[in-house]
Amino acid sequence: MITINELMCKGCGYCVKYCPKHILEMGKERSQRGHFYPVNIDAEKCTSCAICALMCPEGAIEVAAKER
Amino acid sequence: MPAYKRPSSLMPMTTGYCPGCLHALGTRLVADAIDELNQQQNAINVVSVGCSALNLYSWNGDDIGAAHGRAPAVATGIKRCLPDRLVFTYQGDGDLAAIGLAEIMSAANRGENFTVIFANNQTYGMTGGQMAPTTLIGQKSTTTPFGRDPQTTGYPLKMCELIATLEAPVFVARYALNTPKGVSDAKKGIKKAFELQLAGKGFTFIELLTNCPTNWGMSPLQTLDYMDTNTIPYFKPGIYKDTEVQG
Repeated sequence: MITINELMCKGCGYCVKYCPKHILEMGKERSQRGHFYPVNIDAEKCTSCAICALMCPEGAIEVAAKER
Repeated sequence: MPAYKRPSSLMPMTTGYCPGCLHALGTRLVADAIDELNQQQNAINVVSVGCSALNLYSWNGDDIGAAHGRAPAVATGIKRCLPDRLVFTYQGDGDLAAIGLAEIMSAANRGENFTVIFANNQTYGMTGGQMAPTTLIGQKSTTTPFGRDPQTTGYPLKMCELIATLEAPVFVARYALNTPKGVSDAKKGIKKAFELQLAGKGFTFIELLTNCPTNWGMSPLQTLDYMDTNTIPYFKPGIYKDTEVQG
């Protein structure tokens, strides 16, 4: 399960490009800083692989370990 | 299952870098490595001049700003006075490969026991995208508007290959930050360099290939593809020297 800090996001889209499950998408709304930010469109499919967090330049994504 | 938490070595705020700049990712990888080694209170970040100087605002720990290109000289002094501290410099290509070429080669040749993180984005980002020594052949910049011509400006400088020829360095490696695999390898490489330093082995050098969406005139996602087709074939990622493996 991922948490995106929209105030830190600058909208580069690296997380959307590299998500292996393709469940991230750039949102239609702008954050307070004026950037579009990604939203998780299917949280159930998230495997907590943390590739989005690995690629985020700003460290705006935090990942919680998946419960089994 | 893997989980990820923002490193405590970074301030809880955004960096000063442009959207999509892989400099910010390089900074975060260094912070990750320091957190994993539990060295937050022990690390000293020697920051150079250029975009890499924006580190000063986001770094949560000891740091010092050096004169342009002189970060290895400052780090030498600090490491000799405080041998127990984890000392590293974070430099860009305009700083390390142009004005600071003498300092980096001398420090590497002396085998000083600190780590150099070299972020290579093939341009002078902060001053407006002028040609750097590492700019690729044919790459456009504000001072080479028709592309870099080797007849008048020479060839891009390969720092890893240069430093690997010296006797003293113990670990020299280059990583590209445009794919998850490259980033994951870079994280391991940075951690290994810090571990070698803490064990007192000697000089370690990590080159990170980064991008500059603003001055290359591309979107962040386009720069990743540009790196794949142009940067990586010239600056080949890999481990150039590892004395532990070579014996």
